[in-house]
Amino acid sequence: MTKDEVAKVALLARLRLNDDDKGRYAQQLTSILDFIAQLGELDTEGVEPLAHGVDRTNVFREDKARPALDREDALANAPRRSAEGFLVPAVLD
Amino acid sequence: MSSETAKPYTMVVGLEVHVQLQTESKMFSWTGTEFGLPPNTLCDPVNLGLPGTLPVMNGKAFELALKTAIACGCTISKYTKWDRKNYFYPDLPKNYQISQYDLPFSLGGSLPIPADNEGNGGKTVRLTRIHLEEDTGKMVHTSGQESEVDLNRAGTPLLEIVSEPDIRSSVDARLCLEELRLTLRYLGVSDCEMQEGSLRCDANVNLHIDTPAGKIATPIVEIKNLNSFRSVERALNYEAERQYAKWKEDGLTIKDAPKETRGWSDPDGVTKLQREKETAADYRYFPEPDLLPVVVDDAWVARLKAEIGELPRERRERFEKAFGLSEYDANVLVEQGKDVADYFDAVVARTDQYKTASNWIQQDVLRTANAKGIRVADFPVAPETLADLISRVGRGELNTQQGREVLGKLIEADGTGDLEAIIEAGGYKMVSDEGPIREAIEAALAANPKAMEDLKTGKKKPDAIKGFLRGQVMKATGGKANPNLVGQLLDAMLSELGG
Repeated sequence: MTKDEVAKVALLARLRLNDDDKGRYAQQLTSILDFIAQLGELDTEGVEPLAHGVDRTNVFREDKARPALDREDALANAPRRSAEGFLVPAVLD
Repeated sequence: MSSETAKPYTMVVGLEVHVQLQTESKMFSWTGTEFGLPPNTLCDPVNLGLPGTLPVMNGKAFELALKTAIACGCTISKYTKWDRKNYFYPDLPKNYQISQYDLPFSLGGSLPIPADNEGNGGKTVRLTRIHLEEDTGKMVHTSGQESEVDLNRAGTPLLEIVSEPDIRSSVDARLCLEELRLTLRYLGVSDCEMQEGSLRCDANVNLHIDTPAGKIATPIVEIKNLNSFRSVERALNYEAERQYAKWKEDGLTIKDAPKETRGWSDPDGVTKLQREKETAADYRYFPEPDLLPVVVDDAWVARLKAEIGELPRERRERFEKAFGLSEYDANVLVEQGKDVADYFDAVVARTDQYKTASNWIQQDVLRTANAKGIRVADFPVAPETLADLISRVGRGELNTQQGREVLGKLIEADGTGDLEAIIEAGGYKMVSDEGPIREAIEAALAANPKAMEDLKTGKKKPDAIKGFLRGQVMKATGGKANPNLVGQLLDAMLSELGG
């Protein structure tokens, strides 16, 4: 994995890395990917891909509404808030 | 078709429609889904993305989604799962949207678009896929340095319906959306209120242009912010002209430029470039570990299929076949909404005057309902009463004009009027005795000698003169004369006079 690739993934994950970090993570991530790549040596001919680790399906909830959180509780952890909502730095479409 | 064919290009359009499902509670948690409540009064720990919470799927949402796919003839996946679409944006605080990526619950399918009276529609639009996801919250960009986030909508079950680029005009795009809305309303899947955001549409559009060097395609543009049926049509027309002008200027084709996203500004009537979108790979989709897959067997599909009633396109066909209506009439009765077609069905169950029923409902009933701002389901005249009146007209007890006047009185009486009493009191009885009609014709001829003269000299067309005289006779008899008999006698008497 290159430093540029690390920089791209870091941007997507909103992580701020300096140049040394990028070099170090490039090395570490490369060895992790190499380790995982060993799985490729197995013969998976005729084996269905696994979509989920738990062997259960079709778990549903009944469509019943229950009371929402009190708005004050919902907004309690907001770093910034107004009377009615969460405030975030202006984002314009 | 109409005006588009004259253009030096073909518009190629695919739609991406988001529809909120009509459930009581959210997709993966228990709060309600009402529209228009004060901000952040529909939050729960799951849609706030609080640590330690887990989503559990709403069974009804999944069934409504399945019903839609079955009605559109999609291939239902036997095995479907959920994926995380990762992105950082304050409209979803957990930093990912639960969606479906590589194993959506349905693929393919199609939507037949009915023809209108001007040569539009009348074709089938193929669907690429339908998948389920959760809706996001809403950002309100207030003035200044901050935006306010309202998470009421976050987690509402959302169906994404993607069409193939099979649409060739802006009118067809609107017709396609209208048919989709009608179908979803018939299914009870969504109320599809565009102004409330329960139906939202993006359109992908580019142009195919014939050039001496062969056919070229312009770069694809995705148009967002289409929040009415009219804006879909306007935005596509604008965008086609813009792309054509731009191509003439720079000659760039789909091979030279990437897809861009533009937002429609309704007040300005233009599309404007939006920020670059992260590409699909950048969303780093991966299987959602917190939700279990769903296995759909044939029995489940069969049960839901049985619950689906008659679809709009099936109803149009039945109206044409069973009642001999034209494609156009059948469509008008169906496209106005389920209650209009239900009303028609209730009337024609009680009279064999199908064509009259269709005409009167399309004209008098719909016009009155629109003027009063009521639904046809709440129309003051019961379908039984209208059927009775139409039958009387069919039997010749009243002529059409009288029948319409009686219907007017029934509407005025706002549901309290008695048909028999109104007919009696108004003397609405068609006169089919030859005597009085002959007298009226003679009087009309005597009063209008010029008509006879014109007929003889051929100065005016015989039909026009006869029409005028027929009108005079109807007026003289207080509109009560049998119009057919008036016509017959008039013809006979005129030919006796050598006209």
